[in-house]
Amino acid sequence: MRRALLCLSLSALFVMGIAAPALACGGLVNPNGTVSLLRTSTFVGYFDGVEHYVTSFEFAGGGEKFGSIVPLPGVPTDVKRAGDWTLQRLAEEVAPPVFEAALADGDERAAASGVEVILETKIDALDITIVKGGGDSVGRWAKEEGFALTPDAPEILDFYARRSPYFMAASFDVGRAEDLEQSIGDGTPIHLTIPTDRPWVPLRILSLGRKPQATVSADVFLLTDRAPTLLPAPKPKDTPRGMVLERSEEAPSLLLTDLRGDKGMDWIPPADAWFTYLRIDKRAGKLVHDLAVSVNGGEPNWRDAGYVLPPVDEAPSDESLLGTLFIVAAGTAAVGLLIRRKVRSVAR
Amino acid sequence: MKRVWLPLACLVAFGACGSAGASTDERTITIEIEHSAFIPTDVYVRSGERVRFVVVNNDPIDHEFIVGDEHIQLIHEEGTERHHGARDGEISVPAGATRATSYTFEEAGRLLYGCHLPLHYDYGMRGDITIR
Repeated sequence: MRRALLCLSLSALFVMGIAAPALACGGLVNPNGTVSLLRTSTFVGYFDGVEHYVTSFEFAGGGEKFGSIVPLPGVPTDVKRAGDWTLQRLAEEVAPPVFEAALADGDERAAASGVEVILETKIDALDITIVKGGGDSVGRWAKEEGFALTPDAPEILDFYARRSPYFMAASFDVGRAEDLEQSIGDGTPIHLTIPTDRPWVPLRILSLGRKPQATVSADVFLLTDRAPTLLPAPKPKDTPRGMVLERSEEAPSLLLTDLRGDKGMDWIPPADAWFTYLRIDKRAGKLVHDLAVSVNGGEPNWRDAGYVLPPVDEAPSDESLLGTLFIVAAGTAAVGLLIRRKVRSVAR
Repeated sequence: MKRVWLPLACLVAFGACGSAGASTDERTITIEIEHSAFIPTDVYVRSGERVRFVVVNNDPIDHEFIVGDEHIQLIHEEGTERHHGARDGEISVPAGATRATSYTFEEAGRLLYGCHLPLHYDYGMRGDITIR
């Protein structure tokens, strides 16, 4: 049987601010107006119609609630702790550079905002909530939950909600972090299993909370069973800025062996995978698209890249919910991708 | 930021919304907020006129509406006042809410309106008021 795999990782998916001087990932809006950008790494894989999404949230200290929100392509059926060094190993592959819990039934506490809580779980000091809703309702829910949204959040939430109604909110419980003796910078890796058939990577979300002229830097690693077609098409190797295709080759066997050796990563194939590395250095104001990936020989969908949005009154269906993060081509696809956002701090 | 062309701005400012004032001396101008942007971004009023601004926040996040010159805007940008409503031309508008504030434009000239929650003004949440 042909193995299909999609692995994707990205960092700092969705900034949601916080009312405290600490945040898990993305951007943090402090009371004095500064923005602290921390790193979150994610790894998502697709195998036999199931996407494995692995991300890491970095503890940033602080005395109050803080966290982030990540748009998801579908409803997770499992959320658990993931391996600890997969992302690091992938990053080391291209340059001298995560993740358990039982699912819990969602409750009704989000009813006021119109958001449906799909599931809630705790992983170490992280409180994970998967919600379903429109951009406005997810924003209201997040606000009710204590997240402080940056001013660009309403537009970006709408941008993603028109393609997928699923979002993951992750917030650190500072008390539990202290009980676990977590230090600033400690990452908590999580692994989401998401059945889906179309992979795509959210890039625009990396610009959240940043000034238009600020640079978004990210590393994207993609692992598929064949060379993928990407939209937008990346620039050639060594181009200084933009989304640059630095490597596109048969995945080294040592890399696959190392990745498979991490906790919970045995779904990665032992051989016959294609490795792609994209380096992104782009102004936030120009990063208005996502990355559509086709692994079945066809052309990527413009809607999946965010260039074309569904009509406002066309709510995403459960079948098309693959919105925000990635799209995996049906059945045969095998994509592995990881984005590692570089640590940055921007003071305004 | 979305901009409303002069004719529409004038329409808004000079009578299209003139019936909802709190008193017979006030004219009402409605300001919508969508995706952290004021609509319209240009408003025209007459000197000596008292205007009631009805601010409709369609966003899931809080905003505020502050009328004043650049100095006032700077004070608010650097200030720490969390809620507004006690002074004319200054109002906090919670997510999804509609609030109103009135302001008397004494002299011809130019004023601004803006939101000074962290990062909002830099993001472009501002508009111009031309007083004729």
